[in-house]
Amino acid sequence: MTVFIIRRLMQAAVVVFFMSFLVFSGVFVIGDPVDILISDEADEEDRERAIAALGLDKPFHIQYLRFLGKALQGDLGESFIFEEPALLLILERMPATMELALFALLLAVVLGIPLGMWAGLKPDSVAAKSIMTGSILGFSLPTFWVGIMMMMLFAVMLGWLPSTGRGETSEIFGLEVSFTSWDGIRHLLMPAINLSLFKLALVIRLSRAGTKEVIHQDYIKFARAKGVSRNRIILVHVLKNIMIPVVTVIGLEFGGLVAFSIVTETVFAWPGMGKLLIDSIGLLDRPVIVAYLTIIVFLFVIINLVVDILYSILDPRVRLQEMKA
Amino acid sequence: MTVINEDAGVASAGQGSEGVETPFQRFVSDFTESKIAVVSAFVVLAIVFIAVFAPLIAPTDPYDLSIVTVADKTMAPGAVMQSGQIAHMGTDGSGRDLLSGMIYGLRISLGIGIGSAVVALAIGVVVGLIAAYAGGRVDSVIMRLVDMQLSFPAILIALVLLVTLGKGVDKTLFALIVVQWAYYARTVRGSALVERRKEYIESAQCLALSKARILYRHLFPNVLAPLIVVGTMQTAHAIALEATLSFLGIGMEQTEPSLGSLISNGFQYIHSGHYWISIFPGLALLFTIVSINLVGDRLRDVLNPRLAK
Repeated sequence: MTVFIIRRLMQAAVVVFFMSFLVFSGVFVIGDPVDILISDEADEEDRERAIAALGLDKPFHIQYLRFLGKALQGDLGESFIFEEPALLLILERMPATMELALFALLLAVVLGIPLGMWAGLKPDSVAAKSIMTGSILGFSLPTFWVGIMMMMLFAVMLGWLPSTGRGETSEIFGLEVSFTSWDGIRHLLMPAINLSLFKLALVIRLSRAGTKEVIHQDYIKFARAKGVSRNRIILVHVLKNIMIPVVTVIGLEFGGLVAFSIVTETVFAWPGMGKLLIDSIGLLDRPVIVAYLTIIVFLFVIINLVVDILYSILDPRVRLQEMKA
Repeated sequence: MTVINEDAGVASAGQGSEGVETPFQRFVSDFTESKIAVVSAFVVLAIVFIAVFAPLIAPTDPYDLSIVTVADKTMAPGAVMQSGQIAHMGTDGSGRDLLSGMIYGLRISLGIGIGSAVVALAIGVVVGLIAAYAGGRVDSVIMRLVDMQLSFPAILIALVLLVTLGKGVDKTLFALIVVQWAYYARTVRGSALVERRKEYIESAQCLALSKARILYRHLFPNVLAPLIVVGTMQTAHAIALEATLSFLGIGMEQTEPSLGSLISNGFQYIHSGHYWISIFPGLALLFTIVSINLVGDRLRDVLNPRLAK
């Protein structure tokens, strides 16, 4: 077990190192922030002083080593635009993104499991067919497109919901949250639905497949023969048994929600990390771009690592196979 | 269809005798059983036709700066432009005829989607076949790389690449290839591992045929079916991903707008009531992606041997 974890940890470290190098070297090559940050009226001396202050005069490998050394101490550089530590900027925006992603996940589960079970219990009904067609659409339509359509319909034409931004926030345990007020929920609703659609389609498919499999099992027949009520069979016997694959996949997909929130945040101007990244790309704010990408890669590596380790605990075959390789 | 019938079909393919279906005819008759699939296939063909012959079909050339004027900007559908042409779908924010822009945009979207899928497929096939046939260390290294890549969402990898490389046609194409190859490699390896243990491969080995020949003449044709399905779905996925990246402003340059860039441009105007600038390109994108997906869905049903009647 220890060998397995150590091996996985080393792999994770290599991925993080490789990605940070790729990102840093790539970002170093595109665009010259000097042109943007320093006004045209500045004379040669001012320019040079500014370049030296930002550390842009050093050769590439020195800049990278400096970045790496600082990154290991939790310092990912300072934003050119906001003149604040990049890490701090991103961490400030993180609660908004996490709130959006968690709310979307909640919607996907709360709506997806009953819809999927319905489609699995009555596969030939009209409702089931519409649910499945809807889930195909959820899979194939690009998130940003659906977001624009929703905004057009509910905000511009009907005027029911605000189209952009985050509503009133309040502080709970030191975190800014918006689901405590009606205004906050109104702002949260559309982006969260938009972000959840893809996962909703996934949860529907999983619950439907699970339900179809479970209802033919002997224990369901036995429960029915014993005279257990139909509702109890569905809510206890079926639901419990389809939860295993659903919960596994949900855990795996949370990272995907954080990644896709970049798109939703851009559409709805939701002030999260993703919007910060897209804004920073536009402004060529190098430290923030590098810091964001490093953090998100790190986040993914951690999620994958935890899932791998959990799997190896639950299923010893995975671990044994790994040992042999 | 029974096993005996299937054998007869294969045997008759060579002779071309009448009365018995060839595998291709059987495929066509299976496919056309679903009306939605047939309609979608026609839509896909029409879209490809429009994309290929864009310069002949489009009413105006949206790249021709001599006829594009700002005086025409954000005109409603059906209005008459300065040049005397009717803008059937209105004009965009810089005065280009939206319909023409969409036809050219479709060309770029489809070109990138299909182009990246084909290159990724070629890379994936080679890598996947090598992994399956070589086995051992080579296989485990390749598959670890594939697994590692697939553990990140496609959009994130494309994002990292495009942020580091910058925007443009070539870079977007490259990013989409990098994102997709792993899917093909995994598909090919999976089905090649099953095929490899079959007798025809063993007999080919006994005939002392070269490894390359066994790989490409014997193994490859037999793993084609799942590849076609994955290829169709991945093309739709690539088109959607390109549109998303262009919408985020990190995909295509504004000088070569794809459908995604057109939607992105129109997005700025949705609050000012100029709905058409983003709606029409959006609908074009929707039709393209959904029809390709429906064709892929039907192909999966038809080509999957487990579902064969």
